[in-house]
Amino acid sequence: MKETKIKTRDLSLYYGTKIALNSISMDIPEKQVTALIGPSGCGKSTYLRTLNRMNDLIPGVKITGEVLVDNFNIYDKNVDSVNLRKKVGMVFQKSNPFAKSIFENVAYGPRINGINDKKKLTEIVERSLQRAAIWEEVKDRIHDSALGLSGGQQQRLCIARTLAVDPEIILMDEPASALDPISTSKIEELIYALKENYTIIIVTHNMQQAARVSDNTAFFYIGELIEFGKTKKIFTVPEKKQTEDYITGRFG
Amino acid sequence: MIGVTGFSVVLIIAIIIIMLVVIIIGGKNQLTWAFLTSFPEEGMTKGGIFPALFGTALMVIIMSAAAVPFGAITALYLTEYARESSWIAKTVQFAVRTLSMVPSIIFGLFGLGFFIKFVGGGMDKAFFGGQLTWAQPNILWASLTMALLTLPVVIVSVEESIKTVPRELREASLALGATKWQTIRKVVLPGSRSGILTGTILAVSRGAGEVAPILFTGAAYYLATLPRGLSDQFMSLGYHIYIMSTQSVNVDQTLPIQFATTLVLLLLTFTLNLVAVLIRSRLRRAH
Repeated sequence: MKETKIKTRDLSLYYGTKIALNSISMDIPEKQVTALIGPSGCGKSTYLRTLNRMNDLIPGVKITGEVLVDNFNIYDKNVDSVNLRKKVGMVFQKSNPFAKSIFENVAYGPRINGINDKKKLTEIVERSLQRAAIWEEVKDRIHDSALGLSGGQQQRLCIARTLAVDPEIILMDEPASALDPISTSKIEELIYALKENYTIIIVTHNMQQAARVSDNTAFFYIGELIEFGKTKKIFTVPEKKQTEDYITGRFG
Repeated sequence: MIGVTGFSVVLIIAIIIIMLVVIIIGGKNQLTWAFLTSFPEEGMTKGGIFPALFGTALMVIIMSAAAVPFGAITALYLTEYARESSWIAKTVQFAVRTLSMVPSIIFGLFGLGFFIKFVGGGMDKAFFGGQLTWAQPNILWASLTMALLTLPVVIVSVEESIKTVPRELREASLALGATKWQTIRKVVLPGSRSGILTGTILAVSRGAGEVAPILFTGAAYYLATLPRGLSDQFMSLGYHIYIMSTQSVNVDQTLPIQFATTLVLLLLTFTLNLVAVLIRSRLRRAH
């Protein structure tokens, strides 16, 4: 078993008085892919967004319990969510490149961190695009607008943009749900390659995708964590009846 | 019902067309390059409108320099920092709406009381030993008074365009470790550039045409020279039309000048509004 990267302890989240996550405890191992699955509205995306404090932006959200990243509670009063997000990157469901060039999209994070040296930036941009397996496709038009790329390319660009900040953890919120099968398989290959260096947590609606790319799977249902374990085990001999019903397609 | 609505539409269009035709016919012969670039002559019965054109332009520039940054910052506060339900946001929203409904003459009176008497008077007492310097109408006070009048236009335009910046882009920036201010500066403001531009143009167009706010605060009947500093008075197109048609030595003789000046003012505001509409529709299409 690899070391634990993220620990959540009795994590609950309320929208006003409505409970969205109910006392979630789980240990996410380092440099593996952990998939979060479950029907719509089960809390898997909400849970994902607690890990980089993205829910802080929504008014009326209350969070109790602990999220420990490298044994450090990220909801501690002294923690700066801005610094946290440099360590915990995020890729969204809908690709969301800025209306800037491909280069400037990837350079956005490094620039924010005060890197302005042209040579250094070029180096980071190239390396990030290579890691996101999109370098070959864009190297000749790196100063063209990112909005001219296809949906699949845009999403890999967004992954490159995240990698440029040098995070340790990457959160992915249904990163391939809006993409065609070829683009999806490219993203999946990429996730597989990335886990060598990064801890990846991915929310997905696609059972096959979870089975293909992940080492661990967590099944959420109405704000509760029903079952969490090795993907192989969850997809072959789940312990809970609800998990089995969901992955075999009996509901959801 | 169709009869009534149809009649109303025809009536409105007819009024606009008659207005334009009368103004164009009355002013077109007078409207020459020389008219735009020369000073009034012979008791303003001849000559051009250059000082009025120049004064209006200078006034809207100073006005924009005050209204646009101030309005944009207010809009930023309302959209990005204030919670919509907080009392302060509600108060500001209410104030902006109220400001846009205040009759323009009230702005003029306010400018006279606040800028000239209070601020100007205070400055004279503090820095000029009571000598009358700033406590009188000038282009600065007129421009600032006009800035107050056009502030709601700027605020609403900028607010609207900030709201069109998708949440996904803000989240993308924040998720990369950007602070809120960095996100505003590098994503939100560039994304609302055209809204800021539209707001500025609409404000300029409104400010160029208004007369009441500058009546007491800086517009002059006639000046032989252009304003040389912020404490000088200025001539303005709208005010020029007013005095030409009411206090001119010979109203009938100045008729062509009145028409031509009106035509210039109309063309100016029409063009500005057209540009604003074009930018706005391009903005809508982009999102």
